[in-house]
Amino acid sequence: MPNSELSQGRIGWQRRTGRARLAIWFAWLVGVLFIVQCWDIMNAETIWDFVWDAPQQAGDLLGRMWPPRWSVLNRLWGPLWDTINMATLGTLLGIVLGAPVAFLAARTTTPSLLIARPIALLIIVSSRSINALIWALLLVTILGPGVLAGIIAIALRSIGFVGKLLYEALEETDASQIEAITATGATRGQRLIFGFLPQIMPVFAGISVYRWDINIRESTVLGLVGAGGIGLQLNASVSRLAWPEVTVMFAAILVTVIVSEYVSAKVRAHII
Amino acid sequence: MLTIRGLTKTYRGGDRALDSVDLDVPAGQLMALIGPSGAGKSTLIRCVNRLVEPTAGSVEVDGTMVTGSGTGALRLARRRMGMIFQEYALVERLSVMENVLSGRLGYVGFWASWLRRFPQTDVDEAFRLLDRAGLTGMQDKRADQLSGGQRQRVGICRALIQNPALLLVDEPTASLDPKTSRQIMRLLVELCAERSLAAIVNIHDVALARMFVQRIVGLRAGRIVFDGPPEALTDAMLTEIYGEEDWAASAPPADDETA
Repeated sequence: MPNSELSQGRIGWQRRTGRARLAIWFAWLVGVLFIVQCWDIMNAETIWDFVWDAPQQAGDLLGRMWPPRWSVLNRLWGPLWDTINMATLGTLLGIVLGAPVAFLAARTTTPSLLIARPIALLIIVSSRSINALIWALLLVTILGPGVLAGIIAIALRSIGFVGKLLYEALEETDASQIEAITATGATRGQRLIFGFLPQIMPVFAGISVYRWDINIRESTVLGLVGAGGIGLQLNASVSRLAWPEVTVMFAAILVTVIVSEYVSAKVRAHII
Repeated sequence: MLTIRGLTKTYRGGDRALDSVDLDVPAGQLMALIGPSGAGKSTLIRCVNRLVEPTAGSVEVDGTMVTGSGTGALRLARRRMGMIFQEYALVERLSVMENVLSGRLGYVGFWASWLRRFPQTDVDEAFRLLDRAGLTGMQDKRADQLSGGQRQRVGICRALIQNPALLLVDEPTASLDPKTSRQIMRLLVELCAERSLAAIVNIHDVALARMFVQRIVGLRAGRIVFDGPPEALTDAMLTEIYGEEDWAASAPPADDETA
């Protein structure tokens, strides 16, 4: 970028000017000072006695969690099934609500850039900015505890996820294919069916399965705030200090998540 | 068949792609549009079916005004204009049959197209066209499984099943090898003759244009600078259209390359 005259009419080339190099060096300096400052604050607010104590505490807890009380599995099947259902139904509801929002939000398909698009984007952002756990907390207050609150919490969080990824896919569709469909005299609706849908179907299926997989993981903790499923059992056992039961629940959650990840990976590999 | 008067297109940013173009194409005439890249060839044919909205001027196809009409009337006008694209523009994940039948979208309703319930007469016509284009038995292949030449044949079927009065053809051979290019041009010429279609063909390859069309129009910087039969396209005319170049020189004989 900056060229400089050298001897014999040759022209030098360097990536950055001297001023730019100085600015970059200064930015690094500020960054390092900032980290030092943060470290200082953290030090001041930590009770180090507790931290030095931590390995012993952790060892103590692990000792009380072992051996696992496997008999508790018998009353876990129901809540585990609830958890999976909560994730699956919540994902379906999220897709059903999120897909139309994506079509309103994408520049290529929105019926109006000035009204529909900003509203759709707002829906997506508000859904994404609130964690499913917090949605559940609110919904348990409104609907009372139970699986329904969990399903709706998951759906509300999924709208933003599905909406955002799908509208990005819609904006990245190949314009010439749409042009060709438009040129036949197709209506807007037919353009969606023949031009856009075939192009986004693989992405759509991938997003849905991916979100289902995330939702399985999220739904395991929703019970902590009373939204049903295995989290509710976990909360009860922790409250009763029944650590051997907690171990079994961790194992159950781990296996469920591994299975869902496996299914999701298989399905996505098959589609894409 | 096609009447263009004073057609002007100024893009945002001030680039004038078309500058008051007048052009008539009678029924049954195959017309080649040549000119350097950026001369406005693509813009011209896209202004005819209003994929690009013209800034000024009028376009009339088969007695119907295309410019100035509302959405519904524009759709009806587009049904009478088949378009063929350089990169084929097939819907890649749909089958050959679905791509061909998509040419009938202007004639069927929303739910019929959702469920792919096209009238049997359309399906019959699709099979006839596939046979005619040399794609017999290919109907269930997915578009992205075909070769370039096969894809362009599907593109031609999609345009023709519209039962158009006019074909708009944008660089049909630019992505194809020389042999396939000739085959595709020959197919286009034959089909236009069979159905006495008017056609505008944007084309880079002047030699190919000379070989197949009755009329050549040269576009330079958005204006028509040549309009005549292939024989009238002299080297001086080519210089006028494309700029200075030694048009008589040809590639050196093959022996020189190994030396």
